[in-house]
Amino acid sequence: MVDAPTIDREGVSPDVAAFFRRYAALTALIVLLAFNFAVTPHFASWQTLNVNLTQVATIVIVSVGMTLVIATGGIDLSVGSLMAISGAIAPMIFLSSFGRSYPALGDALAFIVPVGVAGLFGLFNGWFITRFQVQPIVGTLVMFIAGRGIGQVLTNGNLQAFKNPTFQFIGLGRIFGVPCQVVIMLALVAAAAWTLRSTLFGRQVLSVGGNERAARLSGVPVAAVKRWVYAISGLCAGIAGLVVVSINSSSDANLVGLGMELDAIAAVAVGGTPFTGGQATVVGTLIGALLIQLVRYTLLANGVPDAAALVVKGAIIAGAVWSQQRSRSA
Amino acid sequence: MSAATANTATSSRRISLAWAARQRVMITLVLLILFGALRYDHFLGAYNVLSVLRYNSMFALTSLGMCFVIMGAGIDLSVGTTAAFASVVSALLSPYGLFPGLLGGLAAGLLVGVINGFMVTRMNIQPFIATLSGMLAASGSGLLLAQNQSVSVSYYTNFTWLGQGDLLGFPAPAWIAALAYVYGSVLLNYTSFGRYVLSVGGNEEAARLMGLPVDRVKFLTYVQSGVFAGLAGVILASQFGAGQPAEGVGWELFSIAAVVVGGTLLTGGVGSVATTLAGVLLLGLIFNVLNFENGLGWISLSAYWQSVVRGVFLMVVVMASSGSARRAIRSA
Repeated sequence: MVDAPTIDREGVSPDVAAFFRRYAALTALIVLLAFNFAVTPHFASWQTLNVNLTQVATIVIVSVGMTLVIATGGIDLSVGSLMAISGAIAPMIFLSSFGRSYPALGDALAFIVPVGVAGLFGLFNGWFITRFQVQPIVGTLVMFIAGRGIGQVLTNGNLQAFKNPTFQFIGLGRIFGVPCQVVIMLALVAAAAWTLRSTLFGRQVLSVGGNERAARLSGVPVAAVKRWVYAISGLCAGIAGLVVVSINSSSDANLVGLGMELDAIAAVAVGGTPFTGGQATVVGTLIGALLIQLVRYTLLANGVPDAAALVVKGAIIAGAVWSQQRSRSA
Repeated sequence: MSAATANTATSSRRISLAWAARQRVMITLVLLILFGALRYDHFLGAYNVLSVLRYNSMFALTSLGMCFVIMGAGIDLSVGTTAAFASVVSALLSPYGLFPGLLGGLAAGLLVGVINGFMVTRMNIQPFIATLSGMLAASGSGLLLAQNQSVSVSYYTNFTWLGQGDLLGFPAPAWIAALAYVYGSVLLNYTSFGRYVLSVGGNEEAARLMGLPVDRVKFLTYVQSGVFAGLAGVILASQFGAGQPAEGVGWELFSIAAVVVGGTLLTGGVGSVATTLAGVLLLGLIFNVLNFENGLGWISLSAYWQSVVRGVFLMVVVMASSGSARRAIRSA
């Protein structure tokens, strides 16, 4: 995470205003929480917290990888399709005759193989983009289009329903009372934040996004770094796909992860990571995703229809990015 | 070499690259049509040709709007949900006749385009995020208006002619799309606006320094894209007999793919209207060819293969143009 240097301005009030603009998402989140505690019935309960965190977890898991990709100045449109692939493969493994005869091995492979495959497809994105110098939007558009098709072809477009408590622990289980996917989400956020802040790889990611030429000249393996971030994004999408099918107790390649790329990109943008690359905040992404989720929850809990919530979501995204834009150019 | 010559060299290389890509997409299209015509009995039959044209006219319209936005170095993610929103508006107005329905859909598209353009040029939000917001807003508005259901159009007026009717033996929506492409081609090649779009997309700073109305040009590309998406929505409602608030998912990415296959660079500054149409037809015909191939009975590919094939096709196009990029750099 890179914090912009604090610039002294005349007086106190402009600074306060600049602070709130810079941390617009956090401010909005706090205001919204306060509003909910005051207005929404039964808001201050563990159940509300659990519902919101469970719903937001998959978006955050995908957004962590997306943050790294955007930090290099790229974008990954394929995450939703990779979720569909991973969600399609997992049940195929533990429902197969092999998975049934060796349940323990089958369940283990049902975690490892889909995530690995999604990671490999991510690696393919990175290879394609670096090898052919393709713009990331176009490069990942290929896998966005083909990926869901691959998931559909694998399952013949059929819904796979299942009941497998071991596998579904990832979406339905609890660790010390906290839903498993929330634990995964927090672990990934912490790991990515630490990576960006304190590791060589993190600095290389930011330097590639900041100035690719300069990074190359100073010996950063630009292509390798890019391949890695797309692979990581694929891995995150793979995990998210497993969570979604576990929650649903079924896998439908037509629907798993549909539109996820835009949700994740919105969370990253609202969280304050600029699209130009070179700066990134994973915690900001978490806050951005929480804000979008809480807006929707607040509207629904207070009887506003889902369709209107979409309009408000659009306005929130534009507003948050606009205020950050102003704070940066100020 | 001075910076100026380097710049000229780069831009002329970009233009020759785009020219090569244009020839390639045209040749590929001709080859695909030849392949289909020789292999399948009814491929060039009136029924098949007309239904391909009728169905793909909607994508042709959204891709045309997208083409101008991309030439101006922007992007418009809202075209699909704008079409859905417009289809609802026009279906609601269809009992009053063809023109109220048409104008209502166009107005809905115009509204979204104006909001997108405002966000990009006045609020300086990156096009990706701005039009993502526009996409959500249009989707929500359509669902609200339609109360989450599809809205049946009126069959007592001639509104359904726009999507289902024929004129001189060709489907009405194909005429609409053809007129739109003639307009687009003239706009790009013979008006100052077309040149402005290309120079804004090629180098916005330079265009600003030359005194071009950069913001107005960008604003208008988004408005135009919104209007074309609105028109696509009118055809959607008219062709399928209902305003469909949940349609349009993925249209934006299909349109972007068509524009890219058509050889327009996503970096802006270079592009062609005619090859965008070729890109739309190529992506549409791939599905058509797969259907025919299944009909022959040699293979049995599910409809799901079409997205895999489209994706692979896009990949090949991108790889091919990158290959020519390297050759051009080596020879330069």
